[in-house]
Amino acid sequence: MSTLTSAFDWLTTGANWRGGEGIATRLGEHLLLTGASVGIACALALPVGIGLGHLGRGGTLAINISNVGRAVPTFAVLVLLAIGPLGIGDTTTVIALTLFAIAPLVTNSYVGMREVDAGAKEAARGMGMSGGQLLRRVELPLALPMIMLGLRLAAVQVVATATIAALIGGGGLGRFVVDGLANNRRPEVVGGAILVAVLALLVDGLLLVLARAVSTTRASRPR
Amino acid sequence: MAIVASGSCLERNAWICGDYVETRSDELSAALREHIGLTLSAVAIGLVIAVPLVLLARRWRFAVAWISGLASILYTVPSLAFFALLLPVTGLSTTTVRIGLVAYTLVILFRGLLAGLDAVPADVRDAARGMGYGSLRLLITVEIPLALPAIMAAIRVATVSTIALVTVGATIGHGGLGDLIYDGLTSSFKSEVLTASVLCVALAIVADLLLVGLQWLLTPWRHGRRTRARARGTVA
Repeated sequence: MSTLTSAFDWLTTGANWRGGEGIATRLGEHLLLTGASVGIACALALPVGIGLGHLGRGGTLAINISNVGRAVPTFAVLVLLAIGPLGIGDTTTVIALTLFAIAPLVTNSYVGMREVDAGAKEAARGMGMSGGQLLRRVELPLALPMIMLGLRLAAVQVVATATIAALIGGGGLGRFVVDGLANNRRPEVVGGAILVAVLALLVDGLLLVLARAVSTTRASRPR
Repeated sequence: MAIVASGSCLERNAWICGDYVETRSDELSAALREHIGLTLSAVAIGLVIAVPLVLLARRWRFAVAWISGLASILYTVPSLAFFALLLPVTGLSTTTVRIGLVAYTLVILFRGLLAGLDAVPADVRDAARGMGYGSLRLLITVEIPLALPAIMAAIRVATVSTIALVTVGATIGHGGLGDLIYDGLTSSFKSEVLTASVLCVALAIVADLLLVGLQWLLTPWRHGRRTRARARGTVA
């Protein structure tokens, strides 16, 4: 418990928040790394998952490629890129985190699209909807909860694992955990961990609210 | 010739080095064994905890918010910090890593299992109830088979994620193949990092393929009907 109170002391000391290595700077770095990684991952993964789900083709292939992305440990990619040509830097971190975020996005959007009720799709076809109309007006709204679940999983994972970037000398809130561990400064370790946990919970909560807001457009939603 | 070439690959610090694999095969297989052991126990314990939690959450819907809230908190604590926080309790042991891994698999499995069971169409459930199915029979013979693709997807995600996440355990000396990656980082030993990383990915692919095979065996009605229909050129 004394570790926890000293962690709160560390968190509430104004001096720890200021400066180039302060909490505010590290928080900014963390948000930037996370935002860039999730953004790039969405741009790459959602069209693939939704497109293949809509076509009903190549799903096994898409999910297996995505599984390879998920199977590659972020830590291994970071180390490989860091001792390789790219060296240590934000690009290295963003590439590794993006790989990590792609998997839940592709899998969830594909599964969400495939699980759209076949009857609803046939009815839409019967009403004369084109492939594009079917995608926009039937499949996407029905698959949205599953896609949003994928986005939440990806975002929370990236916020939490961006801490690993500190192992190869990168920025973000992970610096407090890694430096604290290396120098046996436990309040800093616990304080840093609390900051990442709170940030991830906020991101999770915001995306949950967003998911609720978009699924209220579904008339037949229970409750 | 071969000896000269492979002897120099260690000196040149090459990415691919057969000599490294040959001389450190004991180290590699020990790391691989630890990696597999940690993964299997984490997913198994995660399932054992997740299944009753999901059943509980389905019976008492108000429990869903509590359980997923708790699971989210567990999940969001970064693995690095998780291990650091557990150090005073469980020390530099595999238990520390295992507790962290179980926490992460639990969240994936709980959400996946619950989402899968909830996605079972209500009219199917109503029809079964109308035929006099009790809740246990409904669960086992109707809901679980229909939710099986989603359930297996969750198990696959949990397994593959765990295999990757084990590497972070290297920070406290129990990361399976991650120990070799961490060691290679501090000494810039390229072939050690690449070999351990490739083995880690290969392990994940093999595990995933095994689970795909298991799903194929468990859901004969899915592929059976489709292939027959396609072969006969009829609509099932």
